[in-house]
Amino acid sequence: MSDHDHHGDGVSRRKVLECMTWAGTGVLWTITGGVPRSLGIVDQALAAEPAGMTFLQISDSHVGFDKPANPNAIGTLEEAINKINAMPKKPSFMIHTGDITHLSKVKEFDDADRIISQAKLDVHYVPGEHDIIDEEVKLYKERYGRGTKGGGWYSFDAGGVHFVGLVNVANLKGGGLGSLGDDQLEWLEDDLKGKSKSTPVVLFAHIPLWTVYPQWGWGTEDGARALEYVKGFGSVTVLNGHIHQVMQKVEGNVTFHTARSTAFPQPAPGTAPSPGPMKVEDAKLRSLLGVASINFKQGNERLAIIDTPLQG
Amino acid sequence: MHPINRRDFGIAVVAAMLLPVGAARAEDSAVPLAVHIDNFVFEPAQLTVKVGQTVTWTNRDDIPHTVVCAGKFRSKTMDTDGTFSFTFTAPGDYKYFCSLHPHMTGVVKVE
Repeated sequence: MSDHDHHGDGVSRRKVLECMTWAGTGVLWTITGGVPRSLGIVDQALAAEPAGMTFLQISDSHVGFDKPANPNAIGTLEEAINKINAMPKKPSFMIHTGDITHLSKVKEFDDADRIISQAKLDVHYVPGEHDIIDEEVKLYKERYGRGTKGGGWYSFDAGGVHFVGLVNVANLKGGGLGSLGDDQLEWLEDDLKGKSKSTPVVLFAHIPLWTVYPQWGWGTEDGARALEYVKGFGSVTVLNGHIHQVMQKVEGNVTFHTARSTAFPQPAPGTAPSPGPMKVEDAKLRSLLGVASINFKQGNERLAIIDTPLQG
Repeated sequence: MHPINRRDFGIAVVAAMLLPVGAARAEDSAVPLAVHIDNFVFEPAQLTVKVGQTVTWTNRDDIPHTVVCAGKFRSKTMDTDGTFSFTFTAPGDYKYFCSLHPHMTGVVKVE
């Protein structure tokens, strides 16, 4: 499952080689019986041929980024999409957990659309802070906000799972963390009312809803309130981006997971002077980028999550 | 290049024209009127200036930042090497932060 397998002592040479070919793609999630589980890297997931519904998570494509940490963020996004297209079993849809673009420019959104649409999947987006910095703060909502509430939050049902896309990057206050705000939290409480507690719930947002590292702003100040509303549900999965690395924890019925970026890695909490882009050797870059795939199988208790590096 | 630069260059020119006024007083000559952003930190985090002086912020990170002082001023997004300048016309404490990374905070004290 996820990263640990690839860096542990027992890693086979074949697995190492697999890892090296897939650094920067996404996380494959499988939802079995309610709790998402990471299936590991995509190639392993493919080998396992998960039954049930599978969806993909990609994150932090930062189209337009061209700094030393990855001068070609468009290229690695294309690699991720090619990887997805090569999957033998087509996922049902994709979620993008924000920072589609680097600077909210029209061309960046256009380029992102052009590349991501090549996966020919429905994509459910939430914005990252990089997607709402155009002068009039309208480009994200024009493109992805149709039918959403407030700053772009919404919910939908797929494969027996209730999905909720949340926005925690807007109207942030000085000295604070990510924020959902009262309006959105009230809407969330209402949205979940009347749902059977056996319905698996997936919450996705850009900044982690749990406190990963507040010194770097990696958390959501009112995230605990959102988690309060899903407390009674048997299976809750929280999918985030923003921190450009895989992190996972399980607390009771709640599984928290962050996906890799398709653009550039960021350091582990506290291991660098800042959370800025981490420059690594060219040969290593693709092992730190990736996608996630999630599989949900009715009747099982967990969603299975597979983090797949672009190369690795 | 970054379109913001040309505009801010203009502001910088204005600031440069204003500077001699402040610099005329000896005690002001050593006051740095620049705030740099490195590693998600405003440096210096606290700056004391005189009324009429202009402070220029420069982003030296590979990630965009903003400078926002609620109700007072709000920069455009500054990409790498982008700048923002603001002339303080009234005394007071101006607490500001980066709206993208709100854990980044600073204050300009205007005397």
